Amino acid sequence: MTAALALGDDALVLSHRLGEWAGHAPVLEEEVALANIALDLLGQARTLLSLVGDEDELAYLREERAFRNLQLVEQPNGDFAHTIARQLYFSTYQRLLYGQLAAGDGELTGLAAKAVKEVAYHQDHAEQWTLRLGDGTAESHERMQRACDALWRFTGEMFQPVEGLDVDREALRSAWLESVTTVLKRATLTVPDTADTGAWSAGAGRQGLHTESFGRMLAEMQHLHRSHPGASW
Amino acid sequence: MVTGTETALEAELRRLAGSVPDPELPVLSLEELGVLRGVQILGPGRVEVELTPTYTGCPAIEAMAADIERVLHEHGVAEVSVVKVLSPAWSTDDITADGRRKLAEFGIAPPRPGAVDGPVPLTLTVRCPHCGSTDTELLSRFSSTACKALRRCAACREPFDHFKEL
Repeated sequence: MTAALALGDDALVLSHRLGEWAGHAPVLEEEVALANIALDLLGQARTLLSLVGDEDELAYLREERAFRNLQLVEQPNGDFAHTIARQLYFSTYQRLLYGQLAAGDGELTGLAAKAVKEVAYHQDHAEQWTLRLGDGTAESHERMQRACDALWRFTGEMFQPVEGLDVDREALRSAWLESVTTVLKRATLTVPDTADTGAWSAGAGRQGLHTESFGRMLAEMQHLHRSHPGASW
Repeated sequence: MVTGTETALEAELRRLAGSVPDPELPVLSLEELGVLRGVQILGPGRVEVELTPTYTGCPAIEAMAADIERVLHEHGVAEVSVVKVLSPAWSTDDITADGRRKLAEFGIAPPRPGAVDGPVPLTLTVRCPHCGSTDTELLSRFSSTACKALRRCAACREPFDHFKEL
């Protein structure tokens, strides 16, 4: 259950963050793309959280400390480059992770086999934008590099053990690093050489410890349900 | 799934459930879309229908389930339960030949056969459903619904949806 909760929370939280772009994306096509990715993630979250309990209760009635998502996915959208860097790091991880799970025969296999095909499009989207921004103008290059650097310290958490998640973490880490390195180099960007975890942190998202902005995100995500329990469309 | 043990009544109920139009692409029936996985009679007046989503988050599946329930109720089945199955995962290869033809006639480029397993292909051409030209370009991998990409034809200049391979 811990594994389904962790992966379900990743998908739910990132879905909400991407949904925040609705009405703000740089072009209409991108607005549609980000909303579509958010919808895929929401579908995955619903399936995963339903393995754990009541999806609505889990999404809307838990306190911050009960969420088990990676700190990476809760990071604010920032500028478009930040959102793309977050997408690149996470979709590469999620695709490799689901790929491993799809090859197994556990409780998450069915969902992973289905979702890995959706995530292939998310990863492709992130890679195409990384190339355009990194190898674009001086301004876009600088912003993309800044975003990749800023989010790097949240990437180490993806390879920490999760109870019940039966994956080869070392293979996951090396494949992730290879994939991300290839894209960043093609985009004329520099792979950050700083620590991939925050030295100051006493734990991380998987242990229920979150960054400051997450509480505010939850407040917005949950307030309607908490104010009007049981409301429906 | 049609099996040797399917009864005549189950086959009839499956035909009814499969004839329900897709709520977002009404030119296609659920049978043609390939999302209907099975119809089973559990007991007198009790039927279970297995449905698989195209995309995990596709909101249309709830409308599909409601429409199937309504159609089977109208045909005298008192109790209908529609269950969602994920495995094996749906693929655009599950869309029937008739379904592909209808998509094209509706102005949506059908998915190319041989669903993707691995990196998303970027270079294969997609034919314009309006003028038939193969000189088309990708505008966005994401379009009006989760299952489509947005393209434009360089010959007739019309934008069009492409049911992308999954």
